[in-house]
Amino acid sequence: MTFIAKPRLHHPTLATNKVGYTRRDYEGKISTLCAGCGHDSISAAIVQACWQLDIEPHRVAKLSGIGCSSKTPDYFLGASHGFNTVHGRMPSVLTGANLANRELLYLGVSGDGDSASIGLGQFAHAMRRGVNMVYIVENNGVYGLTKGQFSATADRGSKSKKGVANADNPIDLAALALQLGATYVARGFSGDKAQLVPLIEGAIRHQGAAFIDVVSPCVAFNNHAGSTKSYDYVREHNEAVARIDFIDLAKTAEASPAPGETIDLPQADGSVMRLRKLHADYDPTDRLAALGLVQGLAAKGEVATGLFYVESGAADMHAGLNTSATPLNRLAEAELCPGSVVLHKLNASLR
Amino acid sequence: MKRLEAVNDFVVKFANVNGSGSASANELLAKAILRMGVPVSPRNIFPSNIQGLPTWYEVRVSERSWLGRRGGIDMMVAMNPQTWDADVRELEPGGYLFYDSTRELPSSAFRSDINVLGMPMTAICNATYSDPRQRQLFKNILYVGALAQLMGIDPAVIETLFSEQYKGKEKLLASNVQALHLGIDFAREHLGNKPVGLQVLRRDRVGNRIFIDGNAAAALGCVYGGATVCAWYPITPSSSVAEAFQSYCKKFRHDAETGAANYAIVQAEDEIASIGMVTGAGWNGARAFTTTSGPGVSLMTEFIGLAYFAEIPVTIINVQRGGPSTGMPTRTQQADILSCAYASHGDTKHVLLLPEDPKECFDHAAAALDLADRLQTPVFVMSDLDIGMNQRLCEPFEWDDSRRLDRGKVLSAADLDAGREFARYKDVDGDGIPWRTLPGTHESKGAYFTRGTTRDPYAGYSEAGPDYIYNVKRLLQKFDTASTLVPAPVIRKASRKTRLGAIYFGSTSPAMDEALEILANGGIPIDAMRLRAFPFADSVAKFIAAHDEVFVVEQNRDAQMRTLLLTELNAKPSRLVPVLHFDGTPITARFIAGAITRHVHAEIVAPKADKASKPPKETVK
Repeated sequence: MTFIAKPRLHHPTLATNKVGYTRRDYEGKISTLCAGCGHDSISAAIVQACWQLDIEPHRVAKLSGIGCSSKTPDYFLGASHGFNTVHGRMPSVLTGANLANRELLYLGVSGDGDSASIGLGQFAHAMRRGVNMVYIVENNGVYGLTKGQFSATADRGSKSKKGVANADNPIDLAALALQLGATYVARGFSGDKAQLVPLIEGAIRHQGAAFIDVVSPCVAFNNHAGSTKSYDYVREHNEAVARIDFIDLAKTAEASPAPGETIDLPQADGSVMRLRKLHADYDPTDRLAALGLVQGLAAKGEVATGLFYVESGAADMHAGLNTSATPLNRLAEAELCPGSVVLHKLNASLR
Repeated sequence: MKRLEAVNDFVVKFANVNGSGSASANELLAKAILRMGVPVSPRNIFPSNIQGLPTWYEVRVSERSWLGRRGGIDMMVAMNPQTWDADVRELEPGGYLFYDSTRELPSSAFRSDINVLGMPMTAICNATYSDPRQRQLFKNILYVGALAQLMGIDPAVIETLFSEQYKGKEKLLASNVQALHLGIDFAREHLGNKPVGLQVLRRDRVGNRIFIDGNAAAALGCVYGGATVCAWYPITPSSSVAEAFQSYCKKFRHDAETGAANYAIVQAEDEIASIGMVTGAGWNGARAFTTTSGPGVSLMTEFIGLAYFAEIPVTIINVQRGGPSTGMPTRTQQADILSCAYASHGDTKHVLLLPEDPKECFDHAAAALDLADRLQTPVFVMSDLDIGMNQRLCEPFEWDDSRRLDRGKVLSAADLDAGREFARYKDVDGDGIPWRTLPGTHESKGAYFTRGTTRDPYAGYSEAGPDYIYNVKRLLQKFDTASTLVPAPVIRKASRKTRLGAIYFGSTSPAMDEALEILANGGIPIDAMRLRAFPFADSVAKFIAAHDEVFVVEQNRDAQMRTLLLTELNAKPSRLVPVLHFDGTPITARFIAGAITRHVHAEIVAPKADKASKPPKETVK
C-alpha cells in the first residue's frame, strides 16, 4: 500500500458525466492492499462502470463480508454508505437492506473464502431468492489476510506458496450461481479491464440477482508457478466466450456487425446490450448451455470468462413478495399501524 | 370416601395421545367455562412430535382469577393408556378419574382413594360412526359432553361455540352437536346424580379481558409497532409469532388500491441469515424483527455483537424453551437470561424486556421496536413457551392513536444541509446515543462506513486505545440511558411491614400472585417486585437494599436472574435467595409458597447468623 494521500483537487477540465460527477468523485479512501493486488483493479473497474453509467454515488449501498476483498468497499465510492459485515454473511445483510429500501443499488463485494467457504450457504440462498444486486466475488483461491491458506475455489492440484498441492475439488461459484437461478452470471479477470468494466455495467443495469466471479490474483500468496490463480496462468488459459460490446439506449450507434456474430439483448430498463459471441454456437440466454460450456472448459483446464448467462425479463425478490413500490423504510404510521378502532374489534373477537 | 368439593376452583387435566384432535376439544371445554363468566387458564403440555406421543392439557378453573398453575390435579380425564399409571398417581386424594371403560381394567389399575367414572367411549363411537377418523374425533366431543353434564357446564354455551367455529359448515355443526349430546345423555343416564363435586356456576368474573396466546399478541405488537421486515427460521416454540405476523399483515398491511404489501416476510435459510437480514434492514432504516428460541439465539450471537458494536437497531423475540442444546423443545423455561443479556464475544450487554402475559407481549413487542431505534442496539423480548403457546386471559390490547413511532436519532437531508455536524459515533447529547444517517440520504454529506472493527467517533477505522475506550465507555453510558427508558419494575407491598422481599418476572407472574397470597395467609408477608426489563432501573437496587432477604424466583437451574442482579447491582449474595423451578413445566403457586415457607421456617430453627458465611443453598424441593 501507499501512504501518499490522493489530492482532493483535480484538473478543472476533468470530464463530468450526465449527473455532474467526475470519475474522481467515485473514488474512495487509499487502498491498504498490497501493491499489484488484483482487487484494486476491480475497485477501479467499479469506479469506471459507475461513472460511465451516470450512477449517483449516494444511491449505492456497498456491502461486504470479511477478508481482503471485503475491505475494498472503503476504497471506492466514498460518498456511498458502506457496511463491512460478518465473515460469510454479507448476502443476508444485503438482502435485509434491499428489503428495507428497494430503490438503491446494492453492490455486494466478497471473496472466495467469504462466499465459497464460510458463506457458501448464504451465497446460495441469496441467488435463489433473486435479490436485486450486483454480487462480485474477488476470487484469488487463497486466504490473504491470514497469510496463504487455500480457499474452497483453489483448483485441485494447485500448489500453495509453500509447495503443497491442494487435494480438494474446487467450488465454481459461477456454475453454482447458474444452477441456483441467478439471472446474470459472468466471470471476469482483474487483469482485463476492457472485459471487466462492461461486465460490471451489465450487472448494474440488470434488475435481478447478478453475479460476477472475478479471478483476481493474490500477489503476496498465490501468484507463483504451480498456482492456477496467478496472473500468468490465467492469461495463458483465459477462454473468453462472449464480450459485451456496449449497453446503450441508442440502438443504432454502431455499424451493423456480420450476422451471427452478435446478439442484441433488450434490458428491463429499456436499454439494449449487444453481446459479441466469441464462441460461434454460444447462446447467453440458455442457462443449461451456459452451464455446460463453463464446466466443459473447466474440465479442459481453461478459465471461461465473459458473460455466461443473462435473463432479460428477470423478476426479483420484491416481485415475489409483492412489496410496495414505496420503500418500506419510508412508510409511516398511516400505512403501518391499524389503529385503535381495529384493535377494539380484535379485542371483541378474543372474548 | 373423601370427595373433593369445589365451585369454580379446581384443576382438570386431560391425558391424550398427540395428533388425536384432543387439543381443540379440550380448548372447547375451557372456552365454555370462560363464556360462563368463570376465569380459566389452560396449558398445553405437549411433546416434540406430530402424532403418537403422550400429550396433556391442564385447565385451571379459578373464580378468583388465579391464572398460574396451582399444582395438583382434581380431575383426570385419562384417555392415554401409555401414561395411565402416572396419570392416576398424579390425582389428589378424593379426586376424580374419568376414563374410557370400553375395555375392562383390573382393580389394580385404580386407586382406592379416588372417585372413578367410566364411560365406554370407544364402544359408543364405534356403534355410532363408521368412519375411523370420525370415531376418533367424536370421541373427544363425547367426553366434552359428559364432562359438561358432570360439572354443570351449560350445553347451550358449547353449542354457541360450535356455531361460531363451524359457521357455513352446517353439516359439521350438526354432527358435533350430536356427539356432544351423546356424551351428555350418557352421563345423565348412567353416571348417577351429581357424581362429581367439582362444579361450574355462572359468574361475571371475566370482565372485558381477552383470551389469546402470547405469540399472536407479540406478532400483533410488531404490526402496531410498525415492523416492516420479518426474517425468521422455524423453531418451536416461536414459529407461530412469524405465522401470526403473516396473517395479521395479510389483513392490515396491504394497500387498499394496489394490493401491494407494506411489509416483507422472509423465511431464511437459518437463524444466522435471519438476524443478518434484520441487521441489514435495521441499518437501512426499516423496523425489523426476528423471532426465535434459545438455539437460534446461540447461532445469532456473532451478529448480535455486530449490531451492538456498530449500533444497529434489531428486535429479537425469544420464546424461551428448555435448554441447553436441543433440550426440551416443547417445554418451558426462563433459561436464556444470561445468554441473551451478554450475547456475543467481547464486552457486550443487551436490553431485555420481560413480558408477563400476552398483553405485555403486545406492549413489549411494540416498545422493543421503538427502543431498538431509539437506542440503536439489539432489544430482546424474552417471552417463553408458557406465555407464547398457551391462550391466557389478559387485559385487552390498547393503542393510543396519537402515539408516533420513535425512529430515534436519524439525520435527514435537511438536517445535513442545515449544517448539522455528522459524527456517527460521537456523543453529542450526553446520553451516549449518537446520530446516524440512512443510506441514500444526501448526495455529498452523511455517508459513512459501518464496520465491526473499532473506529473513531467519525466512523474512521482506528485501533488506537483512546478511540476504543471512548467508544466502549460511551456504549456503557448508552446502556445507563436505556435503564431509564425501558418498562419500570412493578412493586407490590405486603399488607404489613416485612423484612422479606421477592423478585420475579415473566411467566412466573400468575403463580407468584397466588403464592404471595398463600404466604401472607400463612403469616409470611412479602414485598414483591416484578422486573420488566434489563438494564435494571435504580429502584431494583433500592428494593434489594430495603430487605434482609430477597427471594429471586425463576425458572432455570442456575439462578440466572440472581446472577445478573449480583453482577450488575453488586448486591450481597447472601441477601438474594434463589427459588428455582426447572423441570420444564410452568412453575406453580404451591411450589413457590412451599419453597419460601420452608426457607423461612428453617431460618427460625437455625438463626441467620450461622448461615451468613455460607452461600445460600438452593431451596428447590
